[in-house]
Amino acid sequence: MNKIILTASAAAIALAASAGYAAARDQIQIAGSSTVLPYAKIVAENFGEAFSEFKTPVVESGGSSGGLKEFCKGVGESTIDIANSSRPIKDSEVKACADAGVTDIQEVRIGYDGIVFATDINGPDWALAPEDLYKALAAQVIVDGKLVANTAAKWNEVNPNLPDWDIAAYIPGEKHGTREVFEEKLLAEGCKATGALDAIKATGLDDKAAAAACIAVRKDGKAVDIDGDYTETLARIDSNKTGVGVFGLAFYENNADKLKVATVSGISPSTETIAAGEYPVSRPLFFYVKKAHLGVVPGLKEYVEFFLSDEMVGPDGPLAEYGLVAAPDEERDAQREAFDAGKTM
Amino acid sequence: MTDLSLSEGKVAPRARRDIGLRRRYAAEARFRFYGIFAIALGIFFLLALLFTVFKGGYTAFWQTSINLPITFDAETIDPDNKRATDPGKLLTANYTVLARNALAEKLGIDVEDKANRADLKLVSGLISQGVRTQLRDIVVADPSVIGTTRNVWVLAAADVDSAHKGQIDLAVPEARRKVKDQQVEWMNKLSQEGMMAERFNSGLFTFGASSRPETSGMGVALIGSLYMMLIVLVLSLPIGVAASIYLEEFAPKNRMTDLIEVNINNLAAVPSIVFGLLGLAVFINFAGLPRSASLVGGLVLTLMTLPTIIIATRAALKAVPPSIRSAALGVGASRMQMVFHHVLPLAAPGILTGTIIGLAQALGETAPLLLIGMVAFVANYPATPMDPATALPVQIFMWANEAERAFVERTSGAIIILLLFLAAMNLAAIILRRRFERRW
Repeated sequence: MNKIILTASAAAIALAASAGYAAARDQIQIAGSSTVLPYAKIVAENFGEAFSEFKTPVVESGGSSGGLKEFCKGVGESTIDIANSSRPIKDSEVKACADAGVTDIQEVRIGYDGIVFATDINGPDWALAPEDLYKALAAQVIVDGKLVANTAAKWNEVNPNLPDWDIAAYIPGEKHGTREVFEEKLLAEGCKATGALDAIKATGLDDKAAAAACIAVRKDGKAVDIDGDYTETLARIDSNKTGVGVFGLAFYENNADKLKVATVSGISPSTETIAAGEYPVSRPLFFYVKKAHLGVVPGLKEYVEFFLSDEMVGPDGPLAEYGLVAAPDEERDAQREAFDAGKTM
Repeated sequence: MTDLSLSEGKVAPRARRDIGLRRRYAAEARFRFYGIFAIALGIFFLLALLFTVFKGGYTAFWQTSINLPITFDAETIDPDNKRATDPGKLLTANYTVLARNALAEKLGIDVEDKANRADLKLVSGLISQGVRTQLRDIVVADPSVIGTTRNVWVLAAADVDSAHKGQIDLAVPEARRKVKDQQVEWMNKLSQEGMMAERFNSGLFTFGASSRPETSGMGVALIGSLYMMLIVLVLSLPIGVAASIYLEEFAPKNRMTDLIEVNINNLAAVPSIVFGLLGLAVFINFAGLPRSASLVGGLVLTLMTLPTIIIATRAALKAVPPSIRSAALGVGASRMQMVFHHVLPLAAPGILTGTIIGLAQALGETAPLLLIGMVAFVANYPATPMDPATALPVQIFMWANEAERAFVERTSGAIIILLLFLAAMNLAAIILRRRFERRW
């Protein structure tokens, strides 16, 4: 017994030691945004089924920033090939990549995602505007022309058309890419529209500091940061029927029998209104490909081409069915051309 | 005492000294009550946990399927009749349409009529997209099936499955749900004719990860967890036991060994994510091992389990009475012989229990695996521990984050499987202890 265990463990150690000289990786490795994850999974699965000569790619989650950090670790077998991201890569990240030897990065835009506000299905209809959200959720608001700390307790205090509900908003936490869109498209807009931006500037802050003050969310517990996924937000709405949650359009569409969606600036979110650019809170989704790995990792080029084919990202493809808003025809063509031409950032 | 009772005689009852008997009995009763209350509370929460998990998860072990007479039409599968020379044709054929046509025929919809396109789309929506691989595997395994008709149980789509199990509220307006009224009508018809039924979901154990709930399973996670447990067992048991035997039986007692002991005890309390960071830095970035591989996962979990095993083993060795050692040395055994012939066999039950509890702990870990890339979508079975794989708790975590309704029950179903695994391991620990236990 002891001898067997000893031999086996010696073998395992030897295996571990020799692993550094393993054969070339034959499976694509992808990591990044949890918003892009379901789409990447659908494409990966279909790719594995359609191309029997390649293995199904491995898709990790970990957030846009986490994925890009792994992506920028360097070039080689133990680094990932593709980073999914729900926001464009930052200059600082491009620089970090270049420092690690990842110089040629190809950007691929796969389509658009809408961000929706939803309440429990049995609640009244909601019509939100960026101003309402700013007045309800910002740290500082304008009252009688003066900048004061936000004390609004009910939604109908900020807008008489909204229901008489205590303010309880479940918004994405700061590590989510969704949070940036929420700040940029709603809080910053509402800040401008209510005149708070001018008032903040009048206090002597420069433009950058004023913009940061605009998107500061109140910290008295009325706005709750959700660091988990949308399932957690859904659970919060389930337990607090007068809560308002922020979801991705795809998640909402999968749970439309439990949630009621709010209009923003009078526009109801749908793939049509987002594709037409009418619904204000949408964002493009991306993935980034390491050019040095094209042709080295088997199937990588085919995977990207398969992803960009109309069969996948087109308006009738499985991604659109799941909730992705397909990019217009010209944009999809442009993305395919740019990838084929090997255009790097 | 005797004098006192004599002098007082029989008339007056003896005054008893107050020794706080009532108070002490009351304190004992209170303490017993606290104990029972604590245990009852624990049992209540355990039952509440088991109840919610089993209530939400037992349905995952059944999957709605549709029994279809599928005609493996040569025209559709291989229109140019090239399969003899180019077997690849069979892999890329449009199998989905075979199932759709079979179902449409059963429901009395003309496939050729262009006016039925909307209906046909709804018909396709009843069947899982996984039917493509299912039928392809049948044809590839036996090409002679082409041109014949065969009854096949195909999986229903996830939304249909959820609706069939009553998990989708059909009272809400049609536009707000994924399953349409027409589809519900067809489902009822198929159910009445016995063509649609819930069958045991063996796929839950065999399928890999998938974006479609109905074709996703724990297969890859089971294999990944198995590989990791083997690696942990094979590495941590001999290393841990050797380290504890040396520390307990051979090492001199000095400040150095005290320091080592303190450090081992501290290591057992280090949060597991720290071991993940260590694994990322040492095994992946430095040693160049592949990401997402169960080998790296196993190594990381080994590091995490070692302190547990060392502490348990040392406790088991300490529990062996010194008389055994003295007797062995007294009859002329060397210290090595004393340890391996006498002390170790007596300590074996304790060592095994500690090992299995350490393994069970490692089996339930997710945090360290996050950093080494094992929290991932892996569809292919890992052939070796060097291939990408996931683990059971990781699969639960991934499913808990999915948007589709059908993943809710699968999450609970996966928890049931993990709990059964843990229960089996703990049972093994008890059986081993009983079997090897010796009295002295």
